[in-house]
Amino acid sequence: MTNPAAYLDSASSEPLHPAAREALLAALDQGYADPRRLHRPGRNARLILDNARAATAEALGVRADEVSFTSSGTDAVHRGLLGLLRAYDARRVAHSAVEHSAVLHALEWWPGQAESVPVDQSGRIVGPMPDADVLVLQSANHEVGTVQPVASVGTPLFVDACASMGRLPLPDGWAAAAGSAHKWGGPAGVGVLLVRKGTRWLNPFPGDDRTDERTTGFENIPAALAAAAALQAVVAERDEVNARQFAMVDRIRAAAGAIPDTQVVGDPVDRLPHLVTFSCLYVNGEQIVEALDRRGFGVASGSACTASTLEPSHVLAAMRVLTHGNVRVSLARDTTDAEVDAFCAVLPEVVTEIRAEHDL
Amino acid sequence: MNTATLELDCRGQVCPMPVIELGRRIIDVEVGEVLAVVADDPAARHDVPAWCRMREHEYVGEDTADDGAPRFLVRRLA
Repeated sequence: MTNPAAYLDSASSEPLHPAAREALLAALDQGYADPRRLHRPGRNARLILDNARAATAEALGVRADEVSFTSSGTDAVHRGLLGLLRAYDARRVAHSAVEHSAVLHALEWWPGQAESVPVDQSGRIVGPMPDADVLVLQSANHEVGTVQPVASVGTPLFVDACASMGRLPLPDGWAAAAGSAHKWGGPAGVGVLLVRKGTRWLNPFPGDDRTDERTTGFENIPAALAAAAALQAVVAERDEVNARQFAMVDRIRAAAGAIPDTQVVGDPVDRLPHLVTFSCLYVNGEQIVEALDRRGFGVASGSACTASTLEPSHVLAAMRVLTHGNVRVSLARDTTDAEVDAFCAVLPEVVTEIRAEHDL
Repeated sequence: MNTATLELDCRGQVCPMPVIELGRRIIDVEVGEVLAVVADDPAARHDVPAWCRMREHEYVGEDTADDGAPRFLVRRLA
């Protein structure tokens, strides 16, 4: 199988941004030493790490001392959320039913009581969050793109901003928040943990003696710099890129919606600019992903048959929409109009072919 | 256990096969009658109700077959 000509799965991982590549290559030779050491290579490494932190803070509109680099977005979610729960001695937490599995796994591991708050058919949380010691809400949904109404409510709030960081301004109201560099065009293996100045937070895991008490292990300094460079570039470009991607996604939504018995899900307007999800009745999710791959389009699916767990997407289930025949399309920064046109042309053929096998 | 006019044995079938069977066989019951889908695929629990919303039939609920397999009940409305 050849690589997809059109990679439409940036929500799983965005290709490396040119700014990240440049920063990474430059930092690889300079950022090898231990940033705690007082020798020159150590000072160089420390300088690069501090620059990465400052650039990330500036791009997000936060303070530099609120930024920590973790080993992944998942690690940032686990540390951010569990660190709040520990610091506030929480017994009860409330979260939307459509949080990323990183949040759900952290709460399964945590011994307290977690309440799942339902969402409407667009995937948006319904009503005010219930009374709890800590609240958890994503900035935008990673599978369907719907933006959540994140707001400060007086209770410590953890915001999983992995799906939107860089693409949309960071919503206000968080006590702690998390991002993932490979979702915006930085390298994988870099997460961003934000802990608001003045917020109580205690490391939920064994500590370490690094420069940043919120993290453990030797920092990947070149990757952190590359992540910061990509974030700055994405923020600088986002007005133009978002408008272009938003219009492309509108076209894909229309093309998918024109296929009989196809549910295009997620909010059509208040959404991530680059992402759309739809489900085709009577279609096998694995089959449609493979059929599109054969035609050169790389997409993701939340259907059970494409999941390692063989469970359907908990996001689609919570939205009470079809979980089978599901396709998530997410545009890369350099996705072209021609690629979108080609995808929109191929999609109805693929669905019709698969349905024909079932004599429907 | 609810009374179903027709029961479809979709044990061992993976999505979307139970819903395809449901779509094919709903016309085999009269309007107002209940069709049961016995399916152990985890997606059926979500997709049978979702199909009912799309096709404007009534999702009656879930019970279990004699062997404990999940059984999903659909009332034909049109």
